Amino acid sequence: MEECISIGINSVFLVALVAFFIGAVTTIQTAYNLVSPLIPNYVIALVVRDMTILELAPTIIGVIFAGKVGSSMASGLGTMRISEQIDALEVMGINSSSYLVLPKIVAAVLMYPMLVIIAGLLAMVGGYLAGVLTNVITPTEYIQGIRFDFNEYTVTFALIKSFAFAFLVSSISSFKGYFTTGGAVEVGQASTAAVTQSVIAILLADYLLAQLLL
Amino acid sequence: MIKIENIKKSFGDKEILKGISGVFERGKPNLIIGSSGTGKSVLLKCIVGLIAPDEGHIHYDEHELTNANRDTKTEIRRQIGMLFQGGALFDSKTVEQNVMFPLDVLTKMPKGEKLDRVNSALERVGLAGQNQKMPSEISGGMQKRVGIARAIVNDSNYLFCDEPNSGLDPQTSILIDDLILELTEESNITTVVVTHDMNSVMGIGEKIMFLYKGKKLWEGNKNNIMDSNVKEFDDFVFANKVMRKLKKG
Ligand SMILES: Nc1ncnc2c1ncn2[C@@H]1O[C@H](COP(=O)(O)OP(=O)(O)O)[C@@H](O)[C@H]1O
Ligand SMILES: [Mg+2]
Repeated sequence: MEECISIGINSVFLVALVAFFIGAVTTIQTAYNLVSPLIPNYVIALVVRDMTILELAPTIIGVIFAGKVGSSMASGLGTMRISEQIDALEVMGINSSSYLVLPKIVAAVLMYPMLVIIAGLLAMVGGYLAGVLTNVITPTEYIQGIRFDFNEYTVTFALIKSFAFAFLVSSISSFKGYFTTGGAVEVGQASTAAVTQSVIAILLADYLLAQLLL
Repeated sequence: MIKIENIKKSFGDKEILKGISGVFERGKPNLIIGSSGTGKSVLLKCIVGLIAPDEGHIHYDEHELTNANRDTKTEIRRQIGMLFQGGALFDSKTVEQNVMFPLDVLTKMPKGEKLDRVNSALERVGLAGQNQKMPSEISGGMQKRVGIARAIVNDSNYLFCDEPNSGLDPQTSILIDDLILELTEESNITTVVVTHDMNSVMGIGEKIMFLYKGKKLWEGNKNNIMDSNVKEFDDFVFANKVMRKLKKG
């Protein structure tokens, strides 16, 4: 539970901010690229919807998640390792890896999809505001586009991606932190490596899942 | 009493412990001394079961740790308390939660009884009433004392301390040493202390094992240190100016 709070609540502001602007920027850029009068305006909203749900929300937020949550998991566990807190648990007969790591992975897998849902919704709100305020699309057209030919499978796909990314980030970062050796410098290195490797894993998984499931 | 026989341990092709045997007696502090990097911590971790030795046997009174089954291991663990070099307090928990932790995981005591035990352990180490402090809010010496409280709260029969004085000023060091001595004598437990501090050696060195590069080179107590004729041991002891004067005088 504590883990859920530290993972979810602490990232929600950054996630919301990024998602909002992703939505806004996607809208403006799509509008800019769709100059043909043959294409109706509501297509802009439709593009924004599919782009954010399918790719931008799960993946970009995943990269942010790796940077924020992954690094704090790795440095937290790394500090526990070098300050012998993990040894202290083991002396008391506690299986430290399941005691410390398992709750983190569970919390990440529970919380991350929620962050992605929030991100998806806020991106569309951001797109709406940017589009309407700059007069590239009317509110009616935007709503029409968001609803047009909506395929629920894109949401399922986004959630599948979310579970996969959350698992990858939390397990890679925990692994890096748990097996830190040395001192404070190595904790920093473990944390950096956790972020880098998590991001690479997310991008590879993103590609593989797109191939497999779309 | 703890008896170790021919403990060997290598990491990769680096042989850290080269066959160490000895006896740690009940009711007095047993010191393992030697300069940094000679394998004192590795030996201590082998004894408490954090590191599996490559060879050798470890006896806790009538129990044998090295090839004990699960139940026996749990039984031995219940009786072990350990103070780590930096205190190793759980930094997200309060002093009270830290000291109560072994009771939470090792016993099924009711909450009230646990709290009584925690309070008497804290009183024992001179920290009564500090229950709600976080580890980051207290000094290094106090962290060590909380670490000791956590190690004894379970009425441990075996107490292990890895460099209890490292990072402390001389006065606080003496307080910690005295505390360890008192606890050991009053509760008649088996205490093993790793140190490279000559002040501790002269203060509480009732039984001393000297390690040098993974071997035991000398054994004795604080009263026959001067009689040794082991060169490596003399170099270690008389690296300290005060000790050198003592020998001359
Ligand atoms: N887990 C480990 N893996 C590899 N080498 C280790 C490990 N733990 C300790 N060592 C090495 O063993 C040697 C002895 O270390 P240690 O027992 O900590 O020395 P000290 O006597 O100062 O406590 C050191 O050279 C250290 O680098
Ligand atoms: Mg050491």
